[in-house]
Amino acid sequence: MSKNHLELINLRKVFGGVVAVDDLNLSVRRGTITSIIGPNGAGKTTIFNLITGYLKPSGGIIKYDGRAVNGKKPYRVAALGIARTFQNVQIFSDMTVLENVMVGRHLRSHSGLLRSSLLPPFFRKEEKKISCDAEKWLSFVGMAEEAGRSAGSLPLGSQRMLETARALAMEPNLLLFDEPASGLNARETVAMGELISKIKEMGITVVLVEHDMELVMDISDTVSVINFGKHIARGTPAEVQVNPDVITAYLGE
Amino acid sequence: MDSGGGFTDLLQFIFMGLQRGSIYALVAMGFNIIYNATGIINFAQGEFVVLGGLMMVTLTMGFTFSIPFAFLITVLFVMAVGILMERFTINPVKNPTVLRLIIITIAVSIILEGSAMILWGKESHYMRHFSSDETFEILGATILPQTLWIIGILILIVIGFMLFFNFTMTGKCMRACAINRDAARLMGINDRKMVMLSFALSAGIGAVAGIIITPIIQMDFGRGTMLAIKGFGTAVVGGLGNSLGGLVAGILLGVIEALGAGYISSHYMDAIALLILLIVLFIRPSGIFGSSEASKLKEF
Repeated sequence: MSKNHLELINLRKVFGGVVAVDDLNLSVRRGTITSIIGPNGAGKTTIFNLITGYLKPSGGIIKYDGRAVNGKKPYRVAALGIARTFQNVQIFSDMTVLENVMVGRHLRSHSGLLRSSLLPPFFRKEEKKISCDAEKWLSFVGMAEEAGRSAGSLPLGSQRMLETARALAMEPNLLLFDEPASGLNARETVAMGELISKIKEMGITVVLVEHDMELVMDISDTVSVINFGKHIARGTPAEVQVNPDVITAYLGE
Repeated sequence: MDSGGGFTDLLQFIFMGLQRGSIYALVAMGFNIIYNATGIINFAQGEFVVLGGLMMVTLTMGFTFSIPFAFLITVLFVMAVGILMERFTINPVKNPTVLRLIIITIAVSIILEGSAMILWGKESHYMRHFSSDETFEILGATILPQTLWIIGILILIVIGFMLFFNFTMTGKCMRACAINRDAARLMGINDRKMVMLSFALSAGIGAVAGIIITPIIQMDFGRGTMLAIKGFGTAVVGGLGNSLGGLVAGILLGVIEALGAGYISSHYMDAIALLILLIVLFIRPSGIFGSSEASKLKEF
């Protein structure tokens, strides 16, 4: 096992004439929280879309566990153990909270297509087990009581927690958080920060894209600063805060 | 006819409407399943019904298989046709836009119709009823046992699909894919496989509709288009993608058609259904049961 869980090597993404990600090099150590920060439009979400297979890179390599994974389809990337959350929460709004998390167990369920559709549901223990596992993850994020509610009816803060529970239900090795605190109030942001730290303690590598600097500086082990798709600084939260390039990028000359 | 008076007539028309409506509901369910998985209308849906009917005729009347056995073989055969259609005409499309895919389904519908004409000829095919073809009376209305088979099988299919979509992982994954494809792929769900499955299920439902209606209407190769139009109308009236809406709209449309045929003139039967479709589209474009919010998200 290589020390770097995730490695981006000369990663490049061009949309028409716009260079969104410009020969980016970035590495994420196993079992740490790495934050990617940068001004709006710096290409942070594009990086996540490249890693998870929603976009194909224009150049460069994405290495996960030492193996190149670029160009793989999203469902294959998910099967490798990479999960993510979205800046605009992407839940299954017409399903119940519990069902949302159950779908997250999809990869961990062993019932094949035929078996799970043809055998009468009441005969199958698997279904029950998936539902129990899903409840466990709901409790983990403190949402056990909402299991039966329609996911679309939850307030935003709870929807973010649900999305996290669903990602955790996949039992990923690497979890990408895309602005988990956006739209949350101060209390909810603190709770989200605690949850992310707890996730790290479980041995899951976390990559965080976030604008809330207090949250980033509180929980990150490493902070990488991106501007115009380029890596401009990297270090511990304390180092990055005093880096002159970073201050320029954020505040202008 | 006049022995039972107005009520008997009414009951007679309602039974006839339930029978027609069940078929519309089944065709609409087929439309909805593929619509939810892909966002397209599969215009070959009517051909699935025709193939189901004709295959059943061949197996029961030609090969003299028992009805349950022939039923199973026919459904599997048409499901295979649905899967092949998806694999060879939908899946390979490099840049799938809704319009492109819909035109492909029209092409497939023409090909299937032509193939059916070559294989089964242009004549209508008779098939024996599931049980007796002796009518019996309920409160003065004469009913064919086949009508009860049709209504019963519709109920079984609705219950079966409800269980499938709500209580199996595959069903949940299909729903998840329909609600939010990006998030579903992130969960490791192979969305292409779900699309294939949706074609298989739709074809299967179409086959069932064809099998149960053939003893009554006598199937011929050209019936697909009208069935598709009626089924599509049903799906739209019920709110595209809304299974329960499709079911209620199907029954409603069938009954209104039968009442119109009975009290006005049977010549206007098809016109009545299309008139209802137009009225609903003018007043509530999202369908009776569809939410206008959801219809805004639709791609066409």
